[in-house]
Amino acid sequence: MLWLGVAYLGALAALFVTSLWTVDGFTGVITREWTLQNFRDLATIEVYRSITFRTVLTAVAVTVIDIVIAFPIALYMAKVASPRLQRILVIAVLTPLWASYLVKAYAWRGMLSETGPVSWLARPFGLDSPGYGLAATVITLSYLWLPYMILPMYAGLERLPNSLLEASADLGAATGMTMRRIVLPVLFPAAVAGSIFTFSLTLGDYIAVKIVGGANQMLGNVVYDNFLTGNNMPFAAAVSTIPVVIMLFYLAAVRRTGALENL
Amino acid sequence: MRITRLTRTGVAAAVLAVVAAGCGTTSGDDGDSGDAPAAAEEQGGFVAPDLPMADALGDTEGALNVLAWPGYAEDGSTDKSVDWVTPFEEETGCEVNVKYFGTSDEAVTLMKSGEYDVVSASGDASLRLIAGGDVEPVNTDLISNYADVWSFLKDRDWNAVDGQMYGAPHGYGANLLMYNTEEVSPAPTDWSVVFDGASDYAGAVTAYDSPIYIADAALYLMNTQPDLGIEHPYALDEDQLAAAVDLLKAQRENVGEYWSDYLKEIQAFTTGDSVVGTTWQVIANLAQADKVPVEAILPESGSTGWSDTWMIGSQTENRNCAYAWLDHIISPEANAAVAEWFGEAPANEKACDLTSKGFCESYHAGDEAYAEQIWYWTTPIEQCLDGRTDVTCTTYQDWTQAWTEIKG
Repeated sequence: MLWLGVAYLGALAALFVTSLWTVDGFTGVITREWTLQNFRDLATIEVYRSITFRTVLTAVAVTVIDIVIAFPIALYMAKVASPRLQRILVIAVLTPLWASYLVKAYAWRGMLSETGPVSWLARPFGLDSPGYGLAATVITLSYLWLPYMILPMYAGLERLPNSLLEASADLGAATGMTMRRIVLPVLFPAAVAGSIFTFSLTLGDYIAVKIVGGANQMLGNVVYDNFLTGNNMPFAAAVSTIPVVIMLFYLAAVRRTGALENL
Repeated sequence: MRITRLTRTGVAAAVLAVVAAGCGTTSGDDGDSGDAPAAAEEQGGFVAPDLPMADALGDTEGALNVLAWPGYAEDGSTDKSVDWVTPFEEETGCEVNVKYFGTSDEAVTLMKSGEYDVVSASGDASLRLIAGGDVEPVNTDLISNYADVWSFLKDRDWNAVDGQMYGAPHGYGANLLMYNTEEVSPAPTDWSVVFDGASDYAGAVTAYDSPIYIADAALYLMNTQPDLGIEHPYALDEDQLAAAVDLLKAQRENVGEYWSDYLKEIQAFTTGDSVVGTTWQVIANLAQADKVPVEAILPESGSTGWSDTWMIGSQTENRNCAYAWLDHIISPEANAAVAEWFGEAPANEKACDLTSKGFCESYHAGDEAYAEQIWYWTTPIEQCLDGRTDVTCTTYQDWTQAWTEIKG
């Protein structure tokens, strides 16, 4: 516990302290004087608002897409598939996690390129690959984080006794009603748990955007650019407090729904 | 349950922050405003930190960590015939570790870690490295090949301070315009294809992902809009910077992606996702070797470019190997090999005897007048580099800020 406090919270504290310093623009030496200038810049310069907005929007889109895709898969795995198939499917869902993040992101770069398979498949229908950009980023991240959504949903649905579904049917409930009254209450906390992964991972991501995001940038890129190319660690630290704050709000909102108590 | 704990952790974090603050910030004087520029900046240009210089060399240490532009430290793994690291290792016994970087900013940040013994610094990095105390003065008497370096590369404002050299000049060249010969027609002759004419190739234009690219826009404006009064692409006052930013924001609409990783640019040109944009000769060479139909040209109106210097990290533990590397890399053999591979003019006069026929002529190596026409990457500072004294110029930090805004 103490170790966690020192290693984890200590790092967060150091981050916050750093964000209150500034850096000498020419030599890149950090000036250790208290100032709120970094946060003032963040608040007043319009581009950071639009980047924050874009990042949150991407995170929401990825989360929603993952929920929509994961639900039928998880439902099938938990309630329809035979025990043997169930095991195979769990392994199938987990296998992509063994491959490196970078490999998967670059695979999508190839898939979505001008001459890649996606555009080849879409062309007969008069469509085209979305190309590198925000759409490509959302697709790639949705793919990357999908297992993190399927697994909690699957775990949640598996705990739902089949007898409840049968009882619901016996009492004359239509499929829609059963879904709404029986499945959804179990699914909701599971989806919320999954969304914490997909949402927070997207919020901090910068590599996928660099690979398939075209000229777009997200909060992670601003941190990366300021740290590595801009050599402005204090400002990078100030930017990274944005996702931390967003996540705190998100977790607070999740707590209000009471979803976590039911996990 | 968990959340209550989380809230508690939040409070704990805040407490910790205060504690850490108490210990960490010794010089804190509760400055209430952020505009407290460091002393160095106020004293006009900067003051180089007082660092010792080697007087004599001893035995080599057996290891050398090299921080280099891609293509500057080839050990034969890219192309078997391209190798000047192995001969160095055999000769000196210094095992070479190479780390490549994509932008000058990256180089500056990596050098601050103190992990690298030598770095190939362009003009927009070298001064910052000197001012930050990250590189040390170099005793050129200990580098036997230094005498053969063209004199117009010695003691320049990007590699020396008050007559003291901080490294060995390595070579210089220009940023080029690369285009896909099948997709882009007519063949471009000017930068306008990536600025005013970029909409013809919307979504397939690429540009170098660094604030220093603003200078390319400034150079274009210097040639096309004389009213702005730009004399030097690295000396922009606020209005001139705003004009360059507007031009780049318009370009941004047509940019497919920015590149700083040279492999990513090659790949984008190979797949056709990028068809026109800035490049280096080495990238064009690699792409052409892969049978990608690309051509790279130096537009008539000139270009930005680089003049690189090998520098020695001030925290190096392999000083003798570092000096040996500096001597090796500007030796006629190695300098000629690097120059041909990377596509730049060598710094060593004798290297031109070893390069292929016509190479040094085509890169105008040793042609001082031509070299003066390339706008070498330089760090923009408050004191206008074009000599104006009635305005303050925008600094590299302003450029970094502007670059974020351009990308949006």
